[in-house]
Order: sequence, then structure tokens, then C-alpha cells
Amino acid sequence: MPAGNTYEAIFTETLASAQASVTFSSIPGTYTDLVIVVAGTLTTGGDNVCLQFNGDTGSNYSVTTLLGDGSSASSFKTSNTTNCGRDVMSNIQSNAIYNINNYSNATTYKTVLGRSNATNYGVRTSVSMWRNTATITSIVIFPTSYTFNTGTVLSIYGIKSA
Amino acid sequence: MSPILGIYASQISGHLFAPSGAYDSIATTTLTSATSTVTFSSIPSTYTHLQLRYIARGTTTNNDESVLWQMNGLSSNGNYTRHSLWGEGAVAQSGADTNSNGGLIQMPSGGNLSNTFGAGVIDVLDYASTSKNKTIRAFGGFDTNNSTNGQAYHYISLNSNLAITQGTTATTSFTFTCYVYAGGSGFAVGSSFALYGIKGN
Repeated sequence: MPAGNTYEAIFTETLASAQASVTFSSIPGTYTDLVIVVAGTLTTGGDNVCLQFNGDTGSNYSVTTLLGDGSSASSFKTSNTTNCGRDVMSNIQSNAIYNINNYSNATTYKTVLGRSNATNYGVRTSVSMWRNTATITSIVIFPTSYTFNTGTVLSIYGIKSA
Repeated sequence: MSPILGIYASQISGHLFAPSGAYDSIATTTLTSATSTVTFSSIPSTYTHLQLRYIARGTTTNNDESVLWQMNGLSSNGNYTRHSLWGEGAVAQSGADTNSNGGLIQMPSGGNLSNTFGAGVIDVLDYASTSKNKTIRAFGGFDTNNSTNGQAYHYISLNSNLAITQGTTATTSFTFTCYVYAGGSGFAVGSSFALYGIKGN
């Protein structure tokens, strides 16, 4: 029995105006993993690109980051915080990609792997945890302080496993 | 008709598909009992690249253990080289091992916060080639919301491996092993491993 294509676009939005956040809701639970791709620019400087799940704005997230900024490599962590991801984008074309493996199970806390590339701020990779076993059904994506510029593309892909 | 792909491990749930498409699910297994090793065998050579995706947790009483991966049953020191860049919450570190028995990424284990699993994405590029040495790039880690720095609680890593002994032989099997020094029953229930094939045109 053919499995068919197992890497599918669920949502894509190209911003027609600058926006402080983008929400993807009603994410189907029919996939195993999600991949979130953000490509574009912020209105000002560099900023963390954050994620929140299922409307949870509580201090239920934690993040560990590894980064290189052109002169040194470093790592830092943030515990009991209100969002996760936090890979960096900037006012120059940049991107952030998040992998959420097994987002649709209802038994494990959710782990997020992030990667970002911002020419004027360096490269980052991150691992985040959302301390909730719920299936992820909605995701809010937002810069901490700035806004996404017009033309920024945000996509969510679903990966089905056999 | 015999299956084109085999999955073997003790007491695992697996599903077989004859795949089609550009990014196909070849096989997956989600553990319903603790298992030390998960192997995807008889991997078809009809794709250009492989991608493996997992969540995993150990069963020892330690805070962390390792996910070890190997190809084609090659499991001895010296079969692989490894270079790694990782962060543990406070400092970035880099290391190399030219006498390696595989690739490693840390995962939480039984002594750590319940319900936390490590995650990883592993790419084996041009895996079916019979004229190139095989390289792997891997990306994974875990976070446990702990206030203490160190890889027992925080770990994010980028890795590359070269399969030395395998040489130019096509990759036909890929094995995940719960790598511990002592104790435990392997990967915890709920750990999940998936193999995908990516086609060229």
C-alpha cells in the first residue's frame, strides 16, 4: 500500500503587512512531526522568534541555546519561561526553522529543535521543552519585541510516519 | 511478496509500507516496552537521502544517557569519526573522536524530570552511493527546565560523522542503541524512531 507523500504543507502565510505575531490554529493531529519555517525580516534589529502552544502563556517552557556570533561560541538556558524557540532573526533576510517531533502524541512533554540564520547576528540552534503532554493544536509565532515585516513567509509542514 | 524493509527490535510496534512520493515514510516504531536497540534493516536504495527522526528517553536512574547510531552493523571503535559542537546551558564545547563506534546525542533518562524526551533529526546524504564514503549530519538534544547547567539537564548538539569502515558501501541498515555504561532496560516506553526516504528527480 503506497504511503503517498508524507511531507505536506499544512499552512503558509505571506504577510501583506507587518505583524507582531502569527497564529496557526486547528492544526490537525494526523501527522507525527511538525516543521515550522519562518523566512523574512523583522522591522528592527535582531530579535528572538518565539513559540507558544495551545494558547499557553504561562511559565511552562524552557530553552537551551547554542550560538555563534562571528567571534565566539556560547550557550545559555532559560527555565520557567513563557515561550520557547527563541532562535534569532533580524532586519536582514534571515530564517528560523523549528522541528517538533511527535507533536501529536498525548503522553510526552514536547521537545522543539530550532535552527536560525541571521547574517548580522549569527547562527543559533536550540532545544526547548513545553511541559505539557497535550497534542499541539495551535501555535503562535512572534518576535519578542519587534514585528515581522511585510513579505515574511511563515509555513508549517506536517510529516507523517508509516 | 516479501516486505522490502525489515524492522527488528524486541517487542516493538512497526509498520511497513511500499512508499511513493518525494519524501516518504519508510518505517517507524514507537516503543510499547523498554527496548535497547531499534534497527531499520533492508533499507531500499531507491532514494537519494535518508532522514531519521526520533524522540527518546533512557530507563537508567541517571539523569542522562546517549542515543548511539550505527550503520550496516558496524559497531566497533574506529568504524567512524565524529565531530561535535554542543551547548549545556552555560558554555559551548566542541570535541572530536577519530576512533568512534558511532554517533552520539544525549537524551534524558529515568533520573530526570518525568515525561521529558530528547529529540533528534539525522540526515544520511547520498546513502545509496557505492562510490562515496558516507557522512551523517545530526542535530538533537533535550531540555529539562532545570536550574543547573550541564549536560545532565541541558544539551543541544550539532554532529557530523564519517563512516570509515563502511567505505563506499551503500547504507542498508541503521541502528539506534540506548548507550549506557550500566543498568536500565534501554529506551523508555514512548520513545519513537522514524525513517524517511528523500528522492531526487
